[in-house]
Amino acid sequence: MSKKSKQPLLQNPGVVGVLASLLSIVIGLVLGFILLVILNPGASLDGMKAMMTTGFASMDKFGKVLYQAAPLMMCGLSVGFAFKTGLFNIGAPGQYTMGAFFALLCGIQFQMPWFVCLLASAIGGAIWGIFPGLFKAYFNVNEVITSIMFNWIGMYLVNLILANSPHMLASGWGASNSDRTAALSAANPGAILPKGPFAGLFGNSSWINIGIILSIIFALIVWVVLQKTTFGYELKACGLSRDAAQYAGINAKRNIVLSMVIAGALSGIGGGIYYLAGTGQYVIEKSILGMGFNGIPVALLASSNPVGTIFSALFISYIQVGGAAMQPAYSSETIDIVIAVIIYLAAFALLMRGVIAKAVSGRKEKGGAAK
Amino acid sequence: MADNFVIEMLHITKEFPGIKANDDVTLQLRKGEIHALLGENGAGKSTLMSVLFGLYQPEKGVIKKNGKEVKIQNPNDANALGIGMVHQHFKLVECFTVLDNIILGVEDTRHGFLQKDAARKKVMQLSEKYGLKVDPDALVSDISVGMQQRVEILKMLYRDNEILIFDEPTAVLTPQEIDELMEIMRGFKAEGKSILFITHKLNEIMAVADRCTVLQKGRGIGTVDIANTTKEELSRMMVGRDVQFAVDKAPCKPGRTILEVNGLVVPSKVHKNNAVRGVSFEAKAGEIVCVAGIEGNGQTELIYGLTGLEKVTGGTIKLNGKDITNAPIRERSKDGMSHIPEDRHKHGLVLDYTVADNMVLQRYWQPEFQNHGFIKKGAVMDYAERLIKQYDVRSGQGPITIARSMSGGNQQKAIIAREVDKDPDLLVAVQPTRGLDVGAIEYIHKQIVAERDKGKAVLLVSLELDEVMNLSDRILVMYEGEIVGEFDPKTTTVEELGLYMAGAKKQGEAKA
Repeated sequence: MSKKSKQPLLQNPGVVGVLASLLSIVIGLVLGFILLVILNPGASLDGMKAMMTTGFASMDKFGKVLYQAAPLMMCGLSVGFAFKTGLFNIGAPGQYTMGAFFALLCGIQFQMPWFVCLLASAIGGAIWGIFPGLFKAYFNVNEVITSIMFNWIGMYLVNLILANSPHMLASGWGASNSDRTAALSAANPGAILPKGPFAGLFGNSSWINIGIILSIIFALIVWVVLQKTTFGYELKACGLSRDAAQYAGINAKRNIVLSMVIAGALSGIGGGIYYLAGTGQYVIEKSILGMGFNGIPVALLASSNPVGTIFSALFISYIQVGGAAMQPAYSSETIDIVIAVIIYLAAFALLMRGVIAKAVSGRKEKGGAAK
Repeated sequence: MADNFVIEMLHITKEFPGIKANDDVTLQLRKGEIHALLGENGAGKSTLMSVLFGLYQPEKGVIKKNGKEVKIQNPNDANALGIGMVHQHFKLVECFTVLDNIILGVEDTRHGFLQKDAARKKVMQLSEKYGLKVDPDALVSDISVGMQQRVEILKMLYRDNEILIFDEPTAVLTPQEIDELMEIMRGFKAEGKSILFITHKLNEIMAVADRCTVLQKGRGIGTVDIANTTKEELSRMMVGRDVQFAVDKAPCKPGRTILEVNGLVVPSKVHKNNAVRGVSFEAKAGEIVCVAGIEGNGQTELIYGLTGLEKVTGGTIKLNGKDITNAPIRERSKDGMSHIPEDRHKHGLVLDYTVADNMVLQRYWQPEFQNHGFIKKGAVMDYAERLIKQYDVRSGQGPITIARSMSGGNQQKAIIAREVDKDPDLLVAVQPTRGLDVGAIEYIHKQIVAERDKGKAVLLVSLELDEVMNLSDRILVMYEGEIVGEFDPKTTTVEELGLYMAGAKKQGEAKA
């Protein structure tokens, strides 16, 4: 974009965008606080303090913020990338689950090193993205419907396979539980993501690893692809106007499939990063993992901008870690409600942008009249 | 005060980022007159009307009704003052019936339930009184564009509006429907209603308006009585210079055959029959071949088939001797076909892309603009700057303007710049001047003739017979998916073409 603009700061769309996001976050926090007061007045101040400060309270907690932010970021990138092509990838949870499964399969069953596991997670997610893409491109089946169904298919498929693979489960590696996958520390420490430069910084925090760095790198790559390449140009053209893209000789079908494959791979890597941290084990449950769904608010909060996704994922991870620290004064359900209110209001950024623009132009008008 | 003005807009100024859409414009509407508002695309006509209708707030200026100053903050205020508007793009709920659309927003209710009987009676009375034939129970999505417009007019009448704004109402109508609309407008005038009529078709102004206010680049040039003026004078006021209505062109010197179409069959999207039934013709280098016909006789599908937007089910297409019948669109483009599409919003532009990005829509993949898949931003910007300058595309912020925010004429100029600058062998232009003002039309006609003189083949599809007669070197008339006649514009007449277009006559089978 042109840098030579001499507009006042408040009329620069970038500045207004950031300001709008910050303002909506503040409003969200205020409302969240009001909610805390209503639910349990006595604990509200401490609760709010916990939510606001826990993330920075210790290196261990900060490590946890980064640890959770990494998969969130990947899912947010996935949803945002598909948005740019005009697709709503609500299939991120399924792709995330598949990515996690492929990563764990490589790590535990095949005893591969972490980078191979990560690659496998991308492939797993991509496979789960390609089906909704194909259906959309060639049969014009709404991708929302197919990807929701693929979320369930993915989850039950993974559960089914895991339940029948004794070698994958914790019970196969000397632990007692058979409802979850083996801990990587026992099964294959080589599959755990290294701590890289964080080793010294975060002491022996078990959360931190290079996942966050990888995620930020992916965010930058996605940004470059969308903004700087002919491929991104084609994808965005398809998203903004399929007819015009067709007229220009762009293969819209191919781009829809590719976009879903890439979105799937991004979610899949998210799943890989989360489970290759070595702290979590995949639990065989009958509910879809929330991480993929959380990618939707992450993307919305960032207006699908890949660089914005870095910050929105960090923000959501931060309040999640802070929220967890409000227990036991508040139950985990109420904490989820408060977090939801904050995120919900934070997504009003677009609305706030209009408010700011109006305020600025109003002030200008008054100033003009005074002259 | 001898003049009895119902509405006065005095010294209105409205600014948008980078552009003054209205600059100290004054417009005074007398009671019971048809007042035309004339100006080029982007001259600020629609902005001025949006100010009157409360969609925009002016930075400066006042609006008076019957001599009293009023503030119009939103369309409801406008409605309360008796101002109604038929927008260029209709504002109807497609899945509602005609009646529901008319009463929407002012519906009667009792205990929360809709009372439609009285409304239906009033609508039917209005419909009869003014000859506005509508079916109150039809869904808007099922009725013709002409009837949709009648619904919009009834909406204004139902709200007892006294001041009626028509924003380019004839752009979407057939010639017969235009005549009907003119009659209806005269009826309103006889009733004492006041009409503001936005258009850039001079013939319509001469036919129906009493006075005309002319805008040029946002400024009011003046108001004239139609009785004391001529078409030429109006166009001079509008464009700021003399406009040639006739196209100046040298005799045609056809060269080698560029396009060869044989027995082309294209299926229809709306019915089971084929929309194009075995059409054959040629276009040679250095000639303008025009396909004339009434809308809906297969011209659109013929072009879709030719350009690859639609699959053909029979026949062959050869470009420069190469069979491209089933070639993908990109390949046709590479082989030297340029296409100025019929629908510039749907196909011609990615509306939310910048002008610069749109300028390279057909070329972004060429080495000139990309390097290993990375777009050369600088090259794209330079290229866009050049085209903007060369083809006089006017926009608020130059190459970084979002295409959607430009006026229709400048959007079309941008498309023409892109397609012509590609240096094609065959230029397919479908209704290239639809909805444009005389200045832009003159410019586009000149471009097309210039392309022909450079030795390109031009295939022009047009519904405007004036354009057909003026521009073409050879005319093909299409009727119900077939070419029913081939004519030389020098030896035929509009009347003769009309007979073929209506299907009353057909030339011998072997021809065309």
